[in-house]
Amino acid sequence: MFHKILIANRGEIALRIMRTCREMGIRTVIAHSTADAHSLPVRLADETICIGPDAPRASYLNMPSVISAAVVTDSEAIHPGYGFLSENATFADVCRASGLTFIGPAPEAIRLMGDKAQARVIAKQAGVPVVPGSELPLKNEAEALEVADEAGYPVIFKASAGGGGRGMRIVRDHAGAAQAFAACQAEAGAAFGSSEIYCEKYIEESRHVEVQVLGDRNGIRVHLGERDCSVQRRHQKLIEESPAPSLSAETRSGLHRAALLAAAAVNYVSAGTVEFLVAPDGSYYFIEMNTRIQVEHPVTEAITGLDLIREQIRIAAGEPLGYRQDGVRFEGHAIECRVNAEDPETFAPSAGRVTAWIPPGGFGVRVDSHLMAPYAVPPFYDSLLGKIIVRGRDRAEAIERMRRALRETVIEGVKTTLPFHLKVLTDDAFVDGRFTSADAARLHH
Amino acid sequence: MARRSRPASSAPGADDRLVDLTRRVAAIATELGLSEIEVESAGMRLRVQRASPTVPAVVHAVPAAAVSVPGTASVEPVVVDTVPPNVITVEAPMVGTFYRASGPTAEPFVREGDVVKEGQILCIIEAMKLMNEIEAKAAGRIVKVLVENGQPVEYGQRLFLIEPVR
Repeated sequence: MFHKILIANRGEIALRIMRTCREMGIRTVIAHSTADAHSLPVRLADETICIGPDAPRASYLNMPSVISAAVVTDSEAIHPGYGFLSENATFADVCRASGLTFIGPAPEAIRLMGDKAQARVIAKQAGVPVVPGSELPLKNEAEALEVADEAGYPVIFKASAGGGGRGMRIVRDHAGAAQAFAACQAEAGAAFGSSEIYCEKYIEESRHVEVQVLGDRNGIRVHLGERDCSVQRRHQKLIEESPAPSLSAETRSGLHRAALLAAAAVNYVSAGTVEFLVAPDGSYYFIEMNTRIQVEHPVTEAITGLDLIREQIRIAAGEPLGYRQDGVRFEGHAIECRVNAEDPETFAPSAGRVTAWIPPGGFGVRVDSHLMAPYAVPPFYDSLLGKIIVRGRDRAEAIERMRRALRETVIEGVKTTLPFHLKVLTDDAFVDGRFTSADAARLHH
Repeated sequence: MARRSRPASSAPGADDRLVDLTRRVAAIATELGLSEIEVESAGMRLRVQRASPTVPAVVHAVPAAAVSVPGTASVEPVVVDTVPPNVITVEAPMVGTFYRASGPTAEPFVREGDVVKEGQILCIIEAMKLMNEIEAKAAGRIVKVLVENGQPVEYGQRLFLIEPVR
């Protein structure tokens, strides 16, 4: 097992990783920017090292700086968290070349799944259903129109290098396709440096369901059930729950099987998530695989009792998983609400100074957050302030508990998504377990 | 409160020949005004990158009232209240290992009391096997060397105090 791990991330996930390291007897080094010098993870770490100024490009995304920080602190492994360098295959390569263990999958798997068009081909070849559309990046407008017509409207144009809802255009009819393709291509070129675009059928009133998988170095893989992440705004997840409500037994087991097939296709090692769209008729389609720990991993932890960060670290150290699928138990129902520093109406980021913070507590409530009061929310990074996770014996109990937890939470000084969460938790569609992408749009307007 | 990182082992034992070679290559780079130079010979490859102009050393004046404030000094526990207000600070522009000399047996680039010219090499910071020369951004007298040879330094860490000379 490792003696010292460098955490190349910030905020709640840095704290989350540090907590597990403590329990495992592993020393932690927090690599931080100047803007985070007085943050909670930096205060609590065994060691800290400043890796650059506030701009992520110069600090958290600065590979030479992160690697040097690991070397000069005698760290044996780097945990990248999520975002930043977590899905950067080159970074995983550099870690390997520098004799450092990257806590995550092999660079080969990151590379294969990181290219969405290629990931789609891999999934299809593995026998996993994919949304009808283009196999390869669209060559030109004529091909874009042809593929769109064949898939049937509405369709969505997506940037190959995009993600998190950026670089996407929904088109309702043939007339709008040409212009949307051109706009999407220009946007992708400017935002991601690659203007590769692909097109697929847009499934309306779909649900976003993802499956958590774990794989060890001996090729043993298990799934840890699914999470429903349909409550989104601008394709950014806000509420996640597990198990996913209102799925037939057939759809649920099909999703689990499909996720394991996709993971096996890239010899996946570590924790990963396979994302699917589920149509109203229960059919499902592969969207992408996230080759890292995810923000919403605690809902899976709540119902399986497994610490996913611990599993990642154990696997990276070469330990066998130690259990098979029948050793994974699911108990109860868990919901997570992401508390962002955002205006709940406009979703505009609300950086500022948090003057009061009273987290919720009590039976069945977990809070993962780097908040403290006072705390100046830096404007350089994402707006996530923390996550409230509840577990109940069943979904109804979990919903009641989350309402209670949200109502007792106090954050003063910045606007947050808390009012939006209360609105969703009392929305009929959500309570009935039939919340879809269409409902998310309804609640925002 | 956070503690600055200190590795258990000492700095990597750079072998004299390699250091001498690094110094010679660096001298060639300086002579020819190159920001970067790479040489390859007998299965060994050496790349020297000069800190200037691509990675300028961060130099700024220490504010006269910059006395350590409890709760804000976790990253920079440097005592500056004895420093005259006109003294400037040279900060590490990158994470790495700080070397005062070009080799274990070589003389330090600078000592306390030395008067340095603008552009003069003050130290080397080794990052990812690259030797980055940190230059003085202004002429002056070295008042204080704040870091021990072979110590890891973090971004923005204070390395030298320089008193400007006109």
